[in-house]
Amino acid sequence: MSADSVAHDTVEHGEGSWDGAGSPFKASYGKLMMWYFLLSDAFTFAGFLIAYGAIRFSMPTWPVPDFVFSTTPFGGHGLPLIFVTFMSFLLIISSVTMVRGVQEGHAENKNGVVFWMFLTIIGGAGFLGCQAWEWNNLIRTEHMSVTVNPFGTHIESGEYLEGDGHDIKAGDTFVAGDSYLIHQHDGHFAPLKYKTDAGVEKQQEFGPKSFGALFFFITGFHGFHVLSGVAFLIIIMLNVASGLYEKRKNGYEMVEKIGLYWHFVDLVWVFVFLVFYLL
Amino acid sequence: MAHQDKSEAIKGVYRGLVLLAVVTLIEVAFSLFGKGHLWEGAKGNVWITYLVGFALIAFSIYKAYFIIYEFMHMGHEVKGLRVSVLLPTLLLVWAIIAFFQEGGSWGDRRELIKAKDKIEQNEVQQPVGMLQEEQTKNLH
Repeated sequence: MSADSVAHDTVEHGEGSWDGAGSPFKASYGKLMMWYFLLSDAFTFAGFLIAYGAIRFSMPTWPVPDFVFSTTPFGGHGLPLIFVTFMSFLLIISSVTMVRGVQEGHAENKNGVVFWMFLTIIGGAGFLGCQAWEWNNLIRTEHMSVTVNPFGTHIESGEYLEGDGHDIKAGDTFVAGDSYLIHQHDGHFAPLKYKTDAGVEKQQEFGPKSFGALFFFITGFHGFHVLSGVAFLIIIMLNVASGLYEKRKNGYEMVEKIGLYWHFVDLVWVFVFLVFYLL
Repeated sequence: MAHQDKSEAIKGVYRGLVLLAVVTLIEVAFSLFGKGHLWEGAKGNVWITYLVGFALIAFSIYKAYFIIYEFMHMGHEVKGLRVSVLLPTLLLVWAIIAFFQEGGSWGDRRELIKAKDKIEQNEVQQPVGMLQEEQTKNLH
């Protein structure tokens, strides 16, 4: 603690630690509490992701991510994980522009902080836009919901007796472990009939029901963190521009705090990306 | 001097960007390899699935470490702050082991539960928990 700020405090408080003079861990109250909030938030996310893992372990089959997430905007098809990798890059880049903003804050460079925070906001909004497209594609085009999961997995090999007008034609063969998507026709799901190698006639079954609920809930919770992060970034950027933090002469500490939160959102995405898309 | 430090710090940030981007690309390549997209033979191989899984988890933990220590400046904080934030996350090690084992157990007992349902429907066996006649004799 610098000498003049101690002198400022001694008017009302003593100088000992019990009088509020020292900072525990040499960090400001706001930064320390942000760290502890992020710790608690990490436990919330960990609880969700561990629940996903436990349910996935309990299921005989589970939709494979490289099949479920293989479409991209502008008609991209059969491109596993490409779009979500792009989304990850958006978050990483916005994390880097946030670090630059904090650095300019330490240098008390107001315009620099506004510039880099603005780029960070663009990155966050871009990520949200990509997520909106991904959700829209899953809900409207592929008809997945929190209670219905049309992504199934074959548990035996066989041959299709009919086609769905998309990827599957009558006579196509499959082996155990192959994934399929049950398409809708005229607003109703139309599971395809097939004959197993043993000669039994069956039809496609839906995948584990909990997949949709877990996906929408966990990526939605993360997306809501991004959304509120963008809102806070906009508020703080406007405050920076108005010169509010310049007067405080504390190296734009508020920018540092929203920076911690923003990096945490990126950090959580590392694990959401791992659990939902990579494994 | 101060100017020199700042340009060094800025360079460090962009090095971090390249590092995170490269690690993410490696992760995606590993994941696609494990699913048999890069080499057909990898699909369904249990050893490859496990190895790729562990590699992906290791890469993700490295990314998390890098974000916390470099971008969030945890490396520059005092030890007490580092310990008080990072040590509690070790509780998650217990949670992961316990819940994954439990999840696996639900999966394993699926067939057992179905079998038990069949037995009760057919009323072949006495209700669970009742002692058989033989066992009752042994008690006296």
